[in-house]
Amino acid sequence: MAQVILFNVTNGLIIGAFYVLMALGLSLILNLSNVINFAHGNFLALGGYLAFTLSTVLGYWGALLISPLLTALVGVLVERLMIRRIYNRDPVYSLLLTFGLAFVLQDGARFIWGPNGLPMGLPAVLAQPITSTLFFITWYRVFMVAIVIVTVIGLFAFLRYSRLGLRIRAGTFDLETVATLGVNVRHLRTLNFAVGCLLAGLSGVLAAGQIGLNPNMGDELLMPSFIAIIVGGVGSLIGTLFGGLLIGMAAALTTVFYPAASEAVIYAIMMAVLLLRPRGLIGEEGMMS
Amino acid sequence: MSTAIVATDEDRSVSRKTVMLVAIWAALLTVPLWLPLLGGYTALAGRVLVFGLAAMGLNMLLGFTGVLSFGHAAYFGLGAYGAGLTLRYLVHSTPAAIAAGTLLGGLAGTLFGLLIVRRRGVYFAMCTIAFGQLWYYLAYSWNSVTGGFDGLRDFHREAIGIPPLVLDITEGGTTFYYFLLAIFAAAVGLMGFLLRSPFGRTLLAIRENERRARFLGIPIERHVWLSFSISCFFTALAGTLYALLNNFADPLTLHYSLSGYFVVMTVIGGMRTFWGPLLGAAVFVMLQDYISSMTVNWMSFVGVIFILVVLFFPRGLLGMMRRRIAA
Repeated sequence: MAQVILFNVTNGLIIGAFYVLMALGLSLILNLSNVINFAHGNFLALGGYLAFTLSTVLGYWGALLISPLLTALVGVLVERLMIRRIYNRDPVYSLLLTFGLAFVLQDGARFIWGPNGLPMGLPAVLAQPITSTLFFITWYRVFMVAIVIVTVIGLFAFLRYSRLGLRIRAGTFDLETVATLGVNVRHLRTLNFAVGCLLAGLSGVLAAGQIGLNPNMGDELLMPSFIAIIVGGVGSLIGTLFGGLLIGMAAALTTVFYPAASEAVIYAIMMAVLLLRPRGLIGEEGMMS
Repeated sequence: MSTAIVATDEDRSVSRKTVMLVAIWAALLTVPLWLPLLGGYTALAGRVLVFGLAAMGLNMLLGFTGVLSFGHAAYFGLGAYGAGLTLRYLVHSTPAAIAAGTLLGGLAGTLFGLLIVRRRGVYFAMCTIAFGQLWYYLAYSWNSVTGGFDGLRDFHREAIGIPPLVLDITEGGTTFYYFLLAIFAAAVGLMGFLLRSPFGRTLLAIRENERRARFLGIPIERHVWLSFSISCFFTALAGTLYALLNNFADPLTLHYSLSGYFVVMTVIGGMRTFWGPLLGAAVFVMLQDYISSMTVNWMSFVGVIFILVVLFFPRGLLGMMRRRIAA
């Protein structure tokens, strides 16, 4: 039993880590641009597929490095060509736009890489279990969690200490004032969107090594990421971080005792939060209304 | 004074409105005559009515209250499952199935509306999406009752009435189409009545300027909640009809993609117009029927339609027509 629980705790940690990466990217875009990026799961898939193709040329490590950057580049193009046009319109249009984009990207991935699942090769060193008693914990799982931790710390440091990060955070609170102070808000939003897509691309590469590739691999992560944001509190990235870990853990632990409810439990948590603490666990008062 | 202004506005356009109403109802009543000539089939018209009603229900919230729900498939699907489960497990009665499904979807929306009524904009939308997916997973995983991924089968619509007076709608075709049309007409009549009432006018005031409406002493939250709830009832009613139309309910009727379709139907037809969503549903259903018969990559086409509508066509068909006439 102890081993079953440990197995599911590590699972929860890994699932939670994916939710966190996805949700942080979504949250960044939502906070600054007020856009729910429905296509975020498809940027994740894109990152994974790009890594799959690049790894034949650059090897795994090169692909791990380059493919998130390429995903971010695609993000920049998408933002410049389409999303930028609807910032000042009713939110219904941004939802429809990214929703349509999600369809196109998903179908595009299916067209280019085929409808069937593809395996992502891993370097031999990552594929081994860490010890024979803990056979279910491969080095890859440790590696994934480590990468996520480093990325999250890096992101928070970037937002806290770099000039660009400070501007993004300031823009979250009051974009007009930031624009008045002479910051090019258009560029700021583009870069911010790119950072969000970078995180999605990175989670795509990591997820590919864990669950393999298929055209709708991002879909299952999208809803939990929404919920992570709602639970953590809109407007707070720390909230999103804890929200993601919380629901990942909750889903994994429910699997131990009652597998059928593992999906339902995260929705139950969302409802409880909406009922008892509508602004989310760490959300700013007023951000959500 | 404001009523006087509204009245003159309506006077000016009253003849145009009458013409349009006559045209719409004449077209709907004569569908079995002209649709086959265009290569369509009556079930397609039934689908337009059902999706049209669902989108019109959504539009009460989206276009007339200015609140964005991106999760209306949940109430549509709950209506469908409510009707299907009633027919399969409880009673073999079509009216009971319609009533049960409508109540199930409507009440779920009413209760959930209470939780999110203070949220606005994208955050409101995000909560509605996430809540909608809850029902999708429930229908998906509660295999023994809902049939899981394969959907709920083994039920069919029953003839209505007591023996000498029986309306046999089991056969689909024209009789069933007129049955759908009758319910559609009743629902749409009620919706029009609600939107023209002081309550409906208050919703418009909230849409136009929520802060001002609040200063005027209008209880905003209560109105948004009521609007959400009523809109869910209409969409749930459409869902029950969908289950009857297909004798089938599947988890995809609960999926957020369908919510997206409802929104895009509304936008294609014209968000701020009463009949727009019906027109949008007609366009969308025909396009989807046509495209999915032509190519396996229909998702790309649908996605591109979404993008084009947003970027180049945001007012929708009726919205553009109205603007052209005004100009």
